[in-house]
This record gives sequence, structure tokens and C-alpha cells, in this order.
Amino acid sequence: MTPPDITVPPASGGASVPQAEARLASLLTTNRGDRVYRVLLTGLALALPLLLVTILLELYTSARPSLARFGWAFLWTSVWDPVAEIYGAAPMIFGTLVSSLLALLIAVPLALGVAIFLTEFAPRPLRRPVAFVIELLAAVPSVVYGFWGLFVLIPFLRQVVVPPLKAVLGWTPFIEGVFYGNSMLAGGIILAIMIVPYIAAVSREVLLAVPSAQREAAVGLGATRWEAVWTAVLPYGRAGVFGAIMLGLGRALGETMAVTMVIGNRHDISLSVLQPGYTMAAALANEFSEATTDLYLSALFEVGLILFVLTVVVNALARLLVWRVARGAAIGSRAL
Amino acid sequence: MIAPRLRRRVGSAIMTTLVVALCLLAVLPLLFILGDLTVKGASSIDWNFFTKSPVPAGQTGGGVANAIVGTGIIVGLACLFGLPIGIGAGVFLAEYGSGRLGWLVRFVADVLNGTPSIVMGIFVWGWFVKPLGHFSALAGGLALAALMIPMVARTTEEMVRLVPHSLREAALALGYPRWRTSLRVVVRTALAGIVTGGLVAVARIAGETAPLLFTALGNLNFSTNILQPMQTLSLQIYVYATGPFDEWHRLAWAAALVLMALVLGLAVLARWATRQRDGTG
Repeated sequence: MTPPDITVPPASGGASVPQAEARLASLLTTNRGDRVYRVLLTGLALALPLLLVTILLELYTSARPSLARFGWAFLWTSVWDPVAEIYGAAPMIFGTLVSSLLALLIAVPLALGVAIFLTEFAPRPLRRPVAFVIELLAAVPSVVYGFWGLFVLIPFLRQVVVPPLKAVLGWTPFIEGVFYGNSMLAGGIILAIMIVPYIAAVSREVLLAVPSAQREAAVGLGATRWEAVWTAVLPYGRAGVFGAIMLGLGRALGETMAVTMVIGNRHDISLSVLQPGYTMAAALANEFSEATTDLYLSALFEVGLILFVLTVVVNALARLLVWRVARGAAIGSRAL
Repeated sequence: MIAPRLRRRVGSAIMTTLVVALCLLAVLPLLFILGDLTVKGASSIDWNFFTKSPVPAGQTGGGVANAIVGTGIIVGLACLFGLPIGIGAGVFLAEYGSGRLGWLVRFVADVLNGTPSIVMGIFVWGWFVKPLGHFSALAGGLALAALMIPMVARTTEEMVRLVPHSLREAALALGYPRWRTSLRVVVRTALAGIVTGGLVAVARIAGETAPLLFTALGNLNFSTNILQPMQTLSLQIYVYATGPFDEWHRLAWAAALVLMALVLGLAVLARWATRQRDGTG
């Protein structure tokens, strides 16, 4: 005996509903002004998907000579020799990923601290000013971060941070070699400072979207306020917080000026964070205007294509995760 | 019985303190940056700084008048292209955005919001600068507009959605067609919020450097011709900061202070304009 089908039939089943909807729609759109208005707005809205597709096409067509010449090996070979016309992007892909992960390592605890403090612990009069200061951090131009990193952060690292770091962890391959200043470490720290406001703002919105019944239930069962946050609030918002972190990752991957100014810009793969590195965005900023041959230019366009696809995928995943918690909200729009 | 409870209390107190400490640590960089910029930049700001163009390398003096005017022109161009499209797309999302197309546009806007600005730069170079054969302020404006559109679209949508439904229903009930209801009642009500969203977007693009490297290029001379290369404050800071001269570094601090004042001023203005709307805390 099969159970009766209790699912609601698709719209075609209920004949009267679509008919009514169609009549309503025709009533609403018979006015010619309405139709013009709708077509006009739709046209403007279509500019966005069009922009995405145009960027993708432009990057792809410009990268085609390089794609044809080097194939997939472009991703994992590390010779970058404009004279011999051999290009492999492995060092900058490596540098992009490592600097971004380093940034996440530093930024995630800070940003979650900010988000939890602002939604759960901060006294009410303090919430708005602190949130605003964090927003301002997102408004600081990238080039100013780079400039500050170059003249303030790097000397500070050299004098205060690196000597004890080397004394304690100098035996590991990650803290090895002479520290000249411009390095993966400096790039990672600057990136971390830059993405904290994004992760914090989105996490805060996610935590605000957690129903207060979650907190009340936990506290009602005898949890302390921290335990309520840890056991009831954070797990509820987990997908959204992951989304926030991915959003920060997306920012870090594509950040250009600040990183270019402090990371050292060397085509090398080194495990040590004290050594200079390179990122895809930095390579574009540095070499695009020097690209004298067509193949060189094409290789740089391929770097741009990889960077674009990577950030689109990361951002798309981030949005889907955040939307699961705060449906359809323009998450992060307050973070400038 | 008492021991575990005490342990939980102490553990919670430690974690709470940690959260506060992390928050303080996150705010610290902004204070340092503002402090350093003020200490190192303020002394170089005088009348000449705002009225003169740069002098040749090695000489002292000169100012950033060309960069200040250039920033204004390029941001203006970006607004000219970016605001109508962004606002139109935002109103579309709020008014007709419930279907599949709305979902797509919303999703693409959010994805484009995270696109690296340098990619916009090389895109506009390949699509506009290369066919025309020369760098121009116009190309810079286009690159910044492309960055601005998704931002403006999303904030506009949010602001239009905040308009109470009863207002719209009242206008429709009085026999207004939908488009006039939308323009004259809904959009007008949301106008302050839309302007704020525009300000936030302007604050962000005004400090952008990467998309201008291969479009506006930079120009050491005073220029107002939008078909020629043009300087902006951000490009000037980049060139001066990475250059070898102390005199350049001095000017870079001052230019960075001016750029920060401009950008943070716009951000504060935008926040001030929406202070009543943000009920979340």
C-alpha cells in the first residue's frame, strides 16, 4: 500500500491561482508608464550580470595566448622569466594563499571578539561608537595602509616583534632566515588589519539575527552568559560566521596596494614568513605597465583571470552561507 | 558541587575578558594610523600644499593641487556613470526583485562587491584604454564606476525596502500608477537613505588606487582634460611613498592625511545621516 501523495501539486494544479495572478499582473501593468518604468529598471539591473560576463570574457580573451602556450602547467610551475618568455604563476598563487591564510589566522579571533563583544557583552551606550570605529577601519584607503605599513609597521616588526619571535620559534622552517622588513609576515599583518572590519561587521549582523530565544533558553537552563554565547548563539549562527570569514578571505585574496607595498614582491616560494613573497594582485600592480611583449601581457591577464575566478567562487560561497542565516540581507553593506 | 560551578564562572569571566581584549586590540590600529598621520603629516600642510602642483624630484616644496582636483574629477565621472545604474538596479531589486532575475542580480551584485579592484583596472584597460590607445581620466572614472555600481545597488535596495508598505498602498489606492507611486512616493521617501548609500560608495572609491594604475595613470602636472592622464591623491601617495626621497615621504604623509580626512569625513557624514535608521545597536 503506497501512502497517498500529500505534497501540494505544482502551480499548474491549482488553475484558479495563476489565473488570478495573471489578471492582477495585467491590471498592474496595463498602464504604459508602468511598462516603460519596469523595462527601464530591468535594463539598468541587467547591467550587473552584463558587467560580470564582460569582465570574464575580456580577461579570458586576453589570456588566451598564455592559456594556449602554458596550459595547466601555468598553475604549478614557478619560473617567471620575461626575457625567455616562460611564465609560471605558482609563487604568486602560493603567496596569495599564504598571505591570506596568515591574515585570517590573525583576523578571525579579533573580528569574532569584536562581533561577540558588540552583540553580547558591550553596554548599550558603547555599542554604537565601537561599531563605528570598526567601520572607519574599513574606510581607510588601501594605499594609506600600505604607506603606514612601510614606514611604521615594518620598523616596529623589525625592532620589537621579530627578535623574540626568532628567539623562540627560530628553529621552525616558518621563522627562518634574515628579516629585511618587506615580507610575508608584514603582508599578512596588514591584510589582517584590513579584513577585521569586514569579518566583524558581517559576523555581528549574523549574531544579531540569532533569535534571542536561543540566549534566553541557555541562560534559563543555568548557563553563564559566555556559555550561552558558546553553546547556543555561535552554533546557531555557524554557517553565517563561516560566510563572514570567507568574505574576509575574498577581500584578502584580492587586496592590492597595501600588500604590494609591504610584501617584498619576489617570485619565490619560501616557507618562512620572514622572507619576501608575491601575490597575484601585487604582480598585476607591479608588472602590468612593464609588460612589453604580448605573451607577457597575456600571462598577466591569465593571472588576473585566476584571481577573478578565485574571488568570485569564494564570494559566491560566502554569500550563500551568510544568506542561510540572514536571508537576502545586504550583508556587510555597513562595512563600507 | 561548588568547585565545578566556580570553574565555570572563572572560565566565563576569562573568556569575557578575552573578548574585550580582542576588541580593544582590533580598534588599536586605527588609533595608531590616525595618530601617525596627524603627527607626521600635519606639519607639511600649508597653503602651498593645496594650491601648488608638484615640483621636479629633488627640489623641495610643491603641493598636490593637481591630485586634489583630479580626485574630484575622477570621482565625479564615476558618480556620473555609477549612480544612475546603481540606483536604478537597486530600485529594480526592491520593486521587482522577488523573482529569479532579482535573485540573480542580487547575487551578482554581492559577488561583484568582492571583486578585487585591480581586476577592474586591467578589465577597463583591455576594454577601453587599449582600443583608444591612451590612458585617460575617463577610463579611471569608468573603473571606479564599475566598483561603485554593485555597492550603490545593494544600499539603494535596502533603503527602498525600508519604506512602509502602507505608503505605497495609499498612493495606489488614490489611483496613482505604479511607476509614479514608485518614483514620487517610495523613492522620494527613501531618498535620504539612497544619498547616504552614495556617500558611502564615494568614500570607498575616493581612496582607491589599484584600478587607476592602468587607467588614469597619474600625471605630475595640473590637468583637467578628462581624455588625458590625471593624478589622484591615492596615486600620488603611492608614487611618493615608494619613491626614494625624504621630501616625497614628507609630502606623502601630508597627502595621506588629506585623503584620510576626506574619506573619513564622508563616512562620518554618511553615518550621521542614517543615525536614526540604525536600530540594531
